[in-house]
Amino acid sequence: MRVALFITCVNDTLYPRTGQAVVTLLERLGVEVGFPEAQSCCGQPQFNTGYRHETEPLMRRYATAFRDYEYVVTPSGSCAAMVRDNYPRMGAKAAAEGRGQELANVAAEAVPKTYELTEFLTDVLKVTDVGAYYPHTVTYHPTCHGLRMLKLGDRPRSLLAAVKGLNLVELPGAEECCGFGGTFAVKNAAVSAAMGADKARNITATGAEAVCTLDNSCQLHIGGTLARQGSTVRPVHLAEILASTEGDVW
Amino acid sequence: MPAFPQAANASTRNTHLRANLRHATHTIRAKRATAVAELDDWSRLRAAGAAIKDRTLRHLDQYLEQLESAVTAAGGQIHWAADADEANRIVTELVRATGEREVVKVKSMATQEIGLNGALATAGITAYETDLAELIVQLGDDLPSHILVPAIHRNRGEIRDIFTEKMSQWGRPAPDGLTDAPADLAEAARLHLREKFLNAKVGISGANFMVAETGTLVVVESEGNGRMCLTLPETLISVVGIEKVVPTFQDLEVFLQLLPRSSTAERMNPYTSTWTGTTDADGPRAFHLVLLDNGRTDTLADTVGRQALRCIRCSACLNVCPVYERAGGHAYGSAYPGPIGAILTPQLRGTQSELDASLPYASSLCGACYEVCPVAIDIPEILVHLRERVVEGGPASVRGTRTVIKPAKGHAAERAAMRAARWALDHPRLLRTGQRLASRTRRFHPRRLPGPGRAWSDTRELPKVPEESFRDWWQRTRGGSGTGSGTEGRKDTT
Repeated sequence: MRVALFITCVNDTLYPRTGQAVVTLLERLGVEVGFPEAQSCCGQPQFNTGYRHETEPLMRRYATAFRDYEYVVTPSGSCAAMVRDNYPRMGAKAAAEGRGQELANVAAEAVPKTYELTEFLTDVLKVTDVGAYYPHTVTYHPTCHGLRMLKLGDRPRSLLAAVKGLNLVELPGAEECCGFGGTFAVKNAAVSAAMGADKARNITATGAEAVCTLDNSCQLHIGGTLARQGSTVRPVHLAEILASTEGDVW
Repeated sequence: MPAFPQAANASTRNTHLRANLRHATHTIRAKRATAVAELDDWSRLRAAGAAIKDRTLRHLDQYLEQLESAVTAAGGQIHWAADADEANRIVTELVRATGEREVVKVKSMATQEIGLNGALATAGITAYETDLAELIVQLGDDLPSHILVPAIHRNRGEIRDIFTEKMSQWGRPAPDGLTDAPADLAEAARLHLREKFLNAKVGISGANFMVAETGTLVVVESEGNGRMCLTLPETLISVVGIEKVVPTFQDLEVFLQLLPRSSTAERMNPYTSTWTGTTDADGPRAFHLVLLDNGRTDTLADTVGRQALRCIRCSACLNVCPVYERAGGHAYGSAYPGPIGAILTPQLRGTQSELDASLPYASSLCGACYEVCPVAIDIPEILVHLRERVVEGGPASVRGTRTVIKPAKGHAAERAAMRAARWALDHPRLLRTGQRLASRTRRFHPRRLPGPGRAWSDTRELPKVPEESFRDWWQRTRGGSGTGSGTEGRKDTT
């Protein structure tokens, strides 16, 4: 099994710990992981803002970077959904514009091998108890693209439920968007901030020590809002919880 | 009208409005989920609804001609309106021909869309809204802010005040000492409206569906006021968007299940009125159907965007939308607020005005709207598709002619930034240099960002740039090889 990490531009630049946690976790589970350095960004910021043509070189780069691998695993529901949902759309649109099948073929190559981390753990490795230990009270925010585009369902919760020492508390309004939405946070700053403030208040009200997400970008928004509200709740990526063990507490 | 972000900036600060909206949308959202969960074939009903609409849209010309024949054969008269002005002109002339100066109206999105009440007022004709919520909006000299619940932004106390102050200017005054109890408010509206129903000679409606094979029009409602407007006047004028046609009477079986459960969370709506042309000694003596295009054939010409024409105006997408909940309906500057408005309005009106160009961005793309849509309109897909039209321009149909539209104004700086970012991201070595530079200068990073980023740092803390990117950590601990093992070095970076 040749498994490549797709660490995403946000993970890479702002949250390297999440990537390190994925490496730690997968290696502990006996997976040999690679990090092809030709990788960069999936192109979601450009695509979702309307710059489809700017996205195409990044889509080609993605397929090329991971060409030699059977699986691509990423700790981001949002970026995995970008590849799985939008690459085929871009391929189809290019073909409809009379530009041939090249981009559709790029999509066809990239889509089936791309897995969000929790999917890879539960569907490919068939494991829910990863041997993790995390002695904290945690609440879980299911991020929108993982929830609705990838349909991750119970996967993240079943992984959390198997973590020793972890006390999972329900988050009211868990399935509501935190308000990040990429460039939405800047273009519609007032609404984004209002959504974030409500989400942060709900999180603080649970009494949890940490809020777990599947996306560093949601973490960026939620964490920034919590900090500005003076909350001590710590945003943490699921990978970091799963990487933690009794001998090596993160 | 201001662009969406400016309008929303004001409404998000109105805590009273946000409380009203939050209460109303959360209540109906929970009820809808229960009503939908009762049907174990919901996903198949949803697929059937989408399929019927798509098939009808593919052959829309044929079904409209079939409808025209059936309506005419049943004693009705068809009028084709290419745009809002033409529709308003037709309706005004039809009312004038009756010699009447007052009309009663059934709640109708199509007439809101074309601004019919204003056009009639200019011609000296008074239109009385008879739907309870539309009445509240009309008396309050306000605009509707929700497709199903136009006065969703008002609470009981506000409604009592509006009735007490304004009813007398429009007809029967509110009873003395009116309280804000729902039953008292409903009774006040009932007495006020009854006078209108019994005197009106002309009724104006929309329709939820039009059946091509029989020429039958359908209105579904909760109050029964619509039925009075449809049956009591001598002349009935229905203004309906051309996409509302369905091929057969049997197709209603699907939509009469999808619509009430999605909109009012009812198993069946209390009143379903159907009318076919005119009938001797029963109902209106004259029936006119104004078929409204107003941008619909342009929308149909767009292979991605046309799914918006499946919409049955249930408003489920509004009730789950976190953006609508904070911004309120007025911020969308159109008869169609919320997620459906964000995709329908820029297609019907084009993306040239600042407001219409801002609407496709009025979403965080969370996907909740798509999940609840009873006819499976992929709203996020269309939002992104329209964003592309805004910033890149491209082929589109404008008033029936294929053309290439230019990008909307004001995106030059953003386009340059997106291009630069893409270029950097397409050169990972450059990306690494940038990351290293950011790490080295981390002590000097400001807590507040300048320019467009200020919107972020005004309400959220910026993350600290780490000392080492993942890329550099990998290279340091794995020696830059494609693969590697061991986790040494991790602790150094935290």
